[in-house]
Amino acid sequence: MRTIARNEIGRLLDGLLAGYAVYAPVRRKGILVFDRIRSGDEAILDYANTRTSPKHVLMPQMETLLSSCGEDPGVSEHTDCGKPAVLFGARPCDARAFLFLDKVLRDGQSRDVYYANRRDSLLVISIGCTQPRETCFCTTTGGGPLSAEGSDILLEDLGSVYLAHVASSRGAEFAAAHGLLDTCEGEPPGSGTVNGGLQPAIEPPVDLGLLKAALDRSFDDPLWLTLAEKCLGCGICSYLCPACHCFDIVDEEAAGVRVRNRVWDSCQFSCFTAQASGFNPRPTGRERYRQRIMHKFNYCIDNHGMAGCVGCGRCVSECPVNLDMRQVLAAFGGRRGGN
Amino acid sequence: MTDCTARIREETARLLAEGRVDLVIGFEEGSLPLRATPCFITEPGDTGRLIWNAFCSNNLARYLIRSDRKVGIVAKGCDTRAIVELIKEKQVRREDVVIIGVPCHGMVDPHEVRERFGDIRIQTVEDTGGKLVAGDGTALLSMNREDALHRSCRVCVQRNPVISDVLVGEEVEERTRDEFTDVADFASRSAGERWEYIAGEMSRCIRCNACRNACPLCYCSKCFVDETRPQWVGRGTDPSDVLSFHLMRVLHLAGRCVECGACVRACPMGVDLGTLNRRMSADVARMFGCRPGLDPGKPAPLSTFDPDDPQDFMLEP
Ligand code: SF4
Ligand code: SF4
Ligand code: SF4
Repeated sequence: MRTIARNEIGRLLDGLLAGYAVYAPVRRKGILVFDRIRSGDEAILDYANTRTSPKHVLMPQMETLLSSCGEDPGVSEHTDCGKPAVLFGARPCDARAFLFLDKVLRDGQSRDVYYANRRDSLLVISIGCTQPRETCFCTTTGGGPLSAEGSDILLEDLGSVYLAHVASSRGAEFAAAHGLLDTCEGEPPGSGTVNGGLQPAIEPPVDLGLLKAALDRSFDDPLWLTLAEKCLGCGICSYLCPACHCFDIVDEEAAGVRVRNRVWDSCQFSCFTAQASGFNPRPTGRERYRQRIMHKFNYCIDNHGMAGCVGCGRCVSECPVNLDMRQVLAAFGGRRGGN
Repeated sequence: MTDCTARIREETARLLAEGRVDLVIGFEEGSLPLRATPCFITEPGDTGRLIWNAFCSNNLARYLIRSDRKVGIVAKGCDTRAIVELIKEKQVRREDVVIIGVPCHGMVDPHEVRERFGDIRIQTVEDTGGKLVAGDGTALLSMNREDALHRSCRVCVQRNPVISDVLVGEEVEERTRDEFTDVADFASRSAGERWEYIAGEMSRCIRCNACRNACPLCYCSKCFVDETRPQWVGRGTDPSDVLSFHLMRVLHLAGRCVECGACVRACPMGVDLGTLNRRMSADVARMFGCRPGLDPGKPAPLSTFDPDDPQDFMLEP
């Protein structure tokens, strides 16, 4: 069985920097985020998860789609995504979110060329978790601390060494090219567990199938009136979420250059559904919060065969009023037979 | 159960039973260690959910805005300062709120506790005799309560409720009025250095609006950043847009910000909004002799004219 020593990782990343843009967990003013690194030893290996998700690697918070200049009637499309990239150290939940984003933005009815180009030139090396946080619920949504879905290579953390599991053909090519030979194929056994399957990872508090069926009947449920009463309507949950992907398109002009930008947007904002007529079909926080839950746990399952949540727990840990989505899900999912 | 918890439950049950209010807004146990969470009690039978501890840090005055019900509200010093301003600004009618005032020893910042105890997986925190004792199920570790307070609580000048209908718990001794010493260093730096610092902080902002939405005085029914016809401020993370948002917000809060720190606590990115706000509050205090929320009888400095108002900005630019 071939392993990579923990203290070899820096050198491995240094080797990649010549050919790839490398993203890894780094600390920026005390906050862990994924960012470009310039040297392998910048990457932080001991961490639970980053504050923001790595989705910005594929879908930056603000990106220019089109631009035109001065009198020139021509429009340039900004579809070139530059150097191929490696995302190193993603947690399995975040890698699994890419699988979800692929379904929505690349492989479904409409192909988002900006996303797809970045995705096709990104290699994902994730690191399995040994110590899930109190907010983690990946196993509820179909993933697990050793799930390899969405990753090209999954590193299983064995303490001083990592065992590399190759999870895609691109991962296999990459492993061969970088001397990670003799790696294991496929997912490690018991991907929903930690410590080699000895101990079940996280108790799933909700059954997704049951929840989906309950939500199908709950659009007008009075529970929506009370569950989200304390919600402030900010965008923390959407913006930290690795799976949220809604955006706004804005046209701007500066110094004679006109640009069409895409920026993240959130269904929790009142202007998200405000129509030009002045009408807003989701006038209050309660409709907006319902949309967030329904979209993730009902409509996404219908449309993409997968929930729009991977259980990373960011929205749980960072919500300023501790509106814990797991409790909301339990309130619906727990009610067998429902009304 | 602390005395305050018991008293809050008792008063809530009484207010609901007497029909004086339709609901009481207070705190209940959060879903995570080191967290309490806002709760809305309408049934006397539910009062057992209410708690009072070191993590009741949200400014509940936020929830009074555009409420059409008679509300009982559990309020610390800073929360009552916000209520005072909301009443002055005619957003809340005094007769529609019953204030259950709670003298406050300062609220504890979970990040500080985690930082201090690093590796242990905290399950419980006891708050006794100026100490916080955190436990992970096996070991117990303790730290000074004062060292774990939110920044706004460390410089708070009004820990007792400014106004209340029922007072729960013993009054606490107020700290001596600070002279904004926490922002003195910032104020003494050159314009270039200040710019660099603020720009650096703003570079982490993700435009989630949590600061605005947590703020009890940010109640505009249409905020300028939500204005799209035409767009006032770009919605992305262009540094000029981020800065425009924050500068316009802080200026709109001049003479109104009650220094509660709700915005800072809500921010998921640790952006130092405190320095910007406190610096502005320091100017308001110096120029108009006003600390918002402390004096229910005093008109808001920026919406009234006084011949003695400082005018040097016009005469001597
Ligand atoms: S909804 Fe919350 S827990 Fe689920 S993926 Fe998004 S941030 Fe993570
Ligand atoms: S700006 Fe911040 S400190 Fe001032 S009142 Fe609003 S939330 Fe409180
Ligand atoms: S809460 Fe923080 S990240 Fe969100 S908009 Fe305010 S400053 Fe920016």
